[in-house]
Amino acid sequence: MNWLLVVVGAVVGAPLRYLTDRAVQTRHGSVFPFGTFAVNTAACLLLGALTGAVLAGADASRLQLLLGTGLCGALSTYSTFSYETLRLAERGWRFLAAVNVVASVLVGLGAVRLGSWLAGELFG
Amino acid sequence: MTGPADGSREDPSGDPSGSDPSGGSPSGGDEAIDPDIDLRVPAQRAEPQGRVLAAVAAGGALGASARYGVALLWPAAPGAFPWATFWINVSGSALIGVLMVLISEGGRTAPHPLVRPFVGVGVLGGFTTFSTYAVDFSLLLDEGEAGTALAYAGLTLAGALGAVWASASVTRRAVDGRRG
Repeated sequence: MNWLLVVVGAVVGAPLRYLTDRAVQTRHGSVFPFGTFAVNTAACLLLGALTGAVLAGADASRLQLLLGTGLCGALSTYSTFSYETLRLAERGWRFLAAVNVVASVLVGLGAVRLGSWLAGELFG
Repeated sequence: MTGPADGSREDPSGDPSGSDPSGGSPSGGDEAIDPDIDLRVPAQRAEPQGRVLAAVAAGGALGASARYGVALLWPAAPGAFPWATFWINVSGSALIGVLMVLISEGGRTAPHPLVRPFVGVGVLGGFTTFSTYAVDFSLLLDEGEAGTALAYAGLTLAGALGAVWASASVTRRAVDGRRG
């Protein structure tokens, strides 16, 4: 049952990453990987909110598996982030590669804390 | 497939865009930055959405299940370095380096069009996670473990970026060696 919740979340999360990435690229021609940046930030916001809700005392163990381990885990990606950073550096955009690393980590951390704070306000 | 778009392998001298040794290719291409979907690559722009989405979903379920299994076998105590997620993200980054070099620079024939969506976007994307990385970083900071938090954030970055660089370099060398 627990495993099934993870699978259902991932079956939604992984295609959502692909479609979001595609939609972002249709609007932006930039080489900067805005699509992956967007899905990683969104997943950080949602997982931050879930974690905040649990810390505030909400009983969300099933939601954590479905939305946390499954959806957020599959929506966000480290492998694509790493490979994109490598490609930017290899193709001569070293500054963009560095910006991608710093911005992804700092904005991801900020999104986690924002989500956690919002959940704390709601459930606390 | 051995159509004209794949000609750089058989006829290295005939490649009009031959400034880059990696050459043109039908599915990856030297234009591509994003391994999930890169609309600069014509073959990816024209991907049939239904089958690709099914392959991404199936791969994602497999990758996420593997990550869940690793987390169950190797749980991290509160305040401790999250080794399971660390190794998941480092190994997933190493594997995508191998995969993307093989797909975009690897062979004489084009890979099956669903290999990248299933393995790259689905399995590896579902296996690795940026959200758990950021949440664990944040939780370690909140628990007063600033040293562990910064070590975790920095070592994961260094490990994942080092892994993707090393695996892509080694695979590229192996592909070039086999080609002669």
